Amino acid sequence: MDLVQLQRQLVDYRTSLYHEGFLDEQFTQLQELQDENNPDFVVEVVSLFFQDSERLLNELSKALEQQIIDFKRMDAHVHQLKGSSSSIGAQRVQKLCIVFRNYCEARNVEGCLKCLQQVKHEYALVKTKLESMFQLEQQISNAGGSIPV
Amino acid sequence: MRLLHVFGFGLKVGHLLWMLCCWVASMVSMNWFINGEFKAAKASLLGASGNKMWFKFWDKISSHSFKIHHEYYQYVGSKRFSKAWWRKLLPSWLIGWVLASVVIFCCMSSQAAEKRKETLASMCDERARMLQDQFNVSMNHIQAISILISTFHHGKNPSAIDQSTFARYAERTAFERPLTSGVAYAVRVLHSEREQFEKQRGWSIKRMDTLEQNPVHKDDYNPDLLESSPVQEEYAPVIFAQDIVSHVVSIDMLSGKEDSKNVLRARKSGKGVLTSPFRLLKTNRLGVILTFAVYKRDLPSNATPNERIKATNGYLGGVFDIESLVEKLLQQLASKQTILVNVLDTTNRSYPISMYGSNASDDGLEHVSHLNFGDPFRKHEMRCRFKQKPPWPWLAITTSIGILVIASLVGHIFHATVNRIAKVEDDCNKMMELKRQAEAADVAKSQFLATVSHEIRTPMNGVLGMLHMLMDTDLDVTQLDYVRTAQASGKALVALINEVLDQAKIESGKLELEEVQFDLRAVLDDVLSLFSGKSQDKGVELAVYISDQVPEMLIGDPGRFRQIIINLMGNSIKFTQKGHILVTVHLVEEVDSIEVETESSSKNTLSGFPVADRRQSWKGFRTFSQEGSMHPFSDSINLIVSVEDTGEGIPLEAQSRVFTPFMQVGPSISRTHGGTGIGLSISKCLVNLMKGEIGFVSIPKIGSTFTFTAVFTSSFSSSKKYKSQKINNQSNFVSTEFHGMRALVMDPRPVRAKVAKYHIQRLGIHVEIVSKWKQGLSIISKGGSAKNMVLIEQEVWDKDLRGSAHFLDNLDKINRGTPKLFLLSNSIRSSGANNTSGVRNLTIIPKPLRASMLAASLQRAMGVENKGNAYNGELPRASLQNLLIGRKILIVDDNNVNLKVAAGALKKYGADVVTAARGIEAIELLTPPHQFDACFMDIQMPEMDGFEATRRIREIEQDINNRIHFGELSVEAYNNVSNCHVAILAMTADVIQATQEECIRCGMDGYVSKPFEAEQLYREVSRFFQ
Repeated sequence: MDLVQLQRQLVDYRTSLYHEGFLDEQFTQLQELQDENNPDFVVEVVSLFFQDSERLLNELSKALEQQIIDFKRMDAHVHQLKGSSSSIGAQRVQKLCIVFRNYCEARNVEGCLKCLQQVKHEYALVKTKLESMFQLEQQISNAGGSIPV
Repeated sequence: MRLLHVFGFGLKVGHLLWMLCCWVASMVSMNWFINGEFKAAKASLLGASGNKMWFKFWDKISSHSFKIHHEYYQYVGSKRFSKAWWRKLLPSWLIGWVLASVVIFCCMSSQAAEKRKETLASMCDERARMLQDQFNVSMNHIQAISILISTFHHGKNPSAIDQSTFARYAERTAFERPLTSGVAYAVRVLHSEREQFEKQRGWSIKRMDTLEQNPVHKDDYNPDLLESSPVQEEYAPVIFAQDIVSHVVSIDMLSGKEDSKNVLRARKSGKGVLTSPFRLLKTNRLGVILTFAVYKRDLPSNATPNERIKATNGYLGGVFDIESLVEKLLQQLASKQTILVNVLDTTNRSYPISMYGSNASDDGLEHVSHLNFGDPFRKHEMRCRFKQKPPWPWLAITTSIGILVIASLVGHIFHATVNRIAKVEDDCNKMMELKRQAEAADVAKSQFLATVSHEIRTPMNGVLGMLHMLMDTDLDVTQLDYVRTAQASGKALVALINEVLDQAKIESGKLELEEVQFDLRAVLDDVLSLFSGKSQDKGVELAVYISDQVPEMLIGDPGRFRQIIINLMGNSIKFTQKGHILVTVHLVEEVDSIEVETESSSKNTLSGFPVADRRQSWKGFRTFSQEGSMHPFSDSINLIVSVEDTGEGIPLEAQSRVFTPFMQVGPSISRTHGGTGIGLSISKCLVNLMKGEIGFVSIPKIGSTFTFTAVFTSSFSSSKKYKSQKINNQSNFVSTEFHGMRALVMDPRPVRAKVAKYHIQRLGIHVEIVSKWKQGLSIISKGGSAKNMVLIEQEVWDKDLRGSAHFLDNLDKINRGTPKLFLLSNSIRSSGANNTSGVRNLTIIPKPLRASMLAASLQRAMGVENKGNAYNGELPRASLQNLLIGRKILIVDDNNVNLKVAAGALKKYGADVVTAARGIEAIELLTPPHQFDACFMDIQMPEMDGFEATRRIREIEQDINNRIHFGELSVEAYNNVSNCHVAILAMTADVIQATQEECIRCGMDGYVSKPFEAEQLYREVSRFFQ
């Protein structure tokens, strides 16, 4: 694969992520924060997000399996998830979290379960997308090219 | 203004009637003049100048009425008519005219009475004169008889006349004395001669007294019964008499009291003498006796009475039958029936003796004419009266009634007019009220529309948001399709509402254009970026070209200008599947050069597809038909903007209704392309507001070109301060970076090359255009100055791969500072398969070209020195760096990711960042003494939220401050800070006012939104760090 093509592919891919609403401008800002002093900033933050989210999702799944559901705790978790997803600009996850929190407040178990499923789905989606994007970037930098904005 | 007409009409009619009225009045008065009666009555007053005066008066009135007529327009124009005034005027008008007509009636009837009197007088005088004349004739004849007697009786001896002769003569000449019923002659006989006389006559002289006292009828009248006269000094026995009065023969005239008086007076005066009227013997009619004296000899006229007495010979008497005399006279005049005549003897004033006529005098009108019967002692007069009562003065009655009728008609007309005016005024007021109501309703409608539209928009945003979220959920294909459709419909609805709002605003004239300074190029860049996604998706090339002549800054309404452009470009994008959309902006003055250019490049368009000839689109513009008056003001700038596309075009039959609101080419259009069809109509309105015109040319299957003109003001020539609209002036600051660089654009298509050149030149780069590889190479190798960059149109690259390889090879060989290579690519995706192998340093610049995009790409590729300066908000970013560098900042957030991001952001500005995940940690870290300059704290944290943590930190700080203040703690232990207070800023995602207030209440110094915005961060941070 030649470099220009890769670069184009990356740009295309990233554009599609924005277009389809997986990411918003927050992610752009995140990218701007990355510089020579902090070359892997985005990857770091995003992987932190992955870890955090997985932990939270597990907690949420567990909480929902309980007999007595601690909605307050769940709300806190969802809030966390919302915060982190908004920080990296994963807007679809973030928006779902808003709905999720409403269900938590309403103590709607069914809604919560459904939402959790959706959040998990969205999370998985955005994770794959981001990972493949990082892969592309990796390839480009391995080939010695610059990553286009 | 109707009111004015009505009133004017009324006044004209009134004026006309007034004229008529005056005319009638003048005619009446003229009649007076003509008849001369008026003159007769008031000759001394008016005289000859009466006419003149009247005309002067008339002139005055008419001129005055004209003046009123004239003034009324001004009066009515300014003020409302006072109804009360008219109400008062009307009765006074009527009363005035009633009085006037009464006066006229009086005048005219008195005139008539006067005339009647005159007639009576003249008739009476005439009769009196005639009577007198006839009487005089009779008297003269009697005098003639007296002369006859003196001649033939006394002059001859013996007498030539005897009784029978005299009687016969008198009888035969009676026709000459129509008034006398008989004549008799009495001779003077002295007492001494009595006996002889009696003897001679054969009868004795008889006395008359008894006769008078006992009037006897003719039948049984017998003179023989009379006793003879007593002895007297002298006697006057009748010797001759007409047969009618033969019975008086031998009667002594001096014995009658009345007769003797008469006789004596007659002989004294020598003239005819009349008796008072008395009943005649026999006929028993009223009569008088005329007595003449017959003298012996001719006497001089001045003879004394004594001489006359002595000379007296005898006395001639004539009996006048006055009654029959007057009757005859009246019969002669044949007007007996019209007047009644009385003849009176007024010798004794207090007891006038009636001689003729009845005494039935009831009418006041009587004329008296004096009669002179030749006897100065006796006075007679004639009194005349009209037989009939005076007739009704019809002329006066009709005239005055006519005037009254006319006046009341005029009054009525005025009254009706005033009423009509009042009614019309009322109607007008009513109409005004209705108009006000209608306007209010219109305003209400507009408000309703605006409110409803706004109210619809708000929930629609919710609907759209939810739909958007619904799309992100796990949906199957059908569901997704439904949701997409719903969303598209929702968006269309919102767009429609916005457009309807605009239309309503424009229709109600509420839309006012702003007057702000703006950068036209930036606006167009903005629009371009708006459509860039769509155009890339479709593979349509989008380009903007603005002529160099168009000034940088203009004054006008950028928002509305943008709206027009968006409408036109939106349409173009909608209907264009392949080819290009080109927006060109020129000054109207440049049109000639455009025309030349268009001619030469009719096939050489941006994308190579044929286009509709845009010259046709402005063919009908007024601006060009009246070239001379195009620029009345030097500081106005006329722009001509064309939007050219290679779409499917507008069908010929639909072209006429393109600018009609809600009109679309066909019902299928809205289904396939959406939209309401209101956009172009709004655009037309907006263009009109900008004092421009809009037109188009469209050829089906080839494309359409819309062109409009708009007038803006130049920002240079205008001394007024216009608030400059806040727009991102990217081109302004990037232009300095690349200033002086040189670029080579390789493009065989002049139009496209021109667009590229325009954009690159905006960055301050000098541009040269070549169309072929060879040409390019030669320029690079031989040209005087080195080229910094080469921009190659993708089409050229793709077409001739070998040429490009050759070019690159050669480029490497030239050791003059290898220029960077750029590929101007229409669409990133479409070029994915193209072969660009082995190329280093090749950067792709996606189209559409716009200055900011171009600058960013160039910067990245060229590694231009001023890093990080290329972005918007450069100023706060740099200042932030200054502010934050070396600062120790604590960030507290329970969310790792957030923590990391925030830390990363602040580190980027050079701050020394410490992180904490929990509130408790933060309290520990921030308990003085510490080194932190500031703390950013998340509000929502488990265990202890930001508010609580802050509150505790503030408590601790307060405590320490107090203790330092009271000397319990040394200042040195706290870094010589006498009053410790660390800046704590809340980090929050929601920026609701309540949250802000809460932040301040619990001791925070401010808040920043999460994620960070450079500008806001700068604003907050700069409050603490100087």
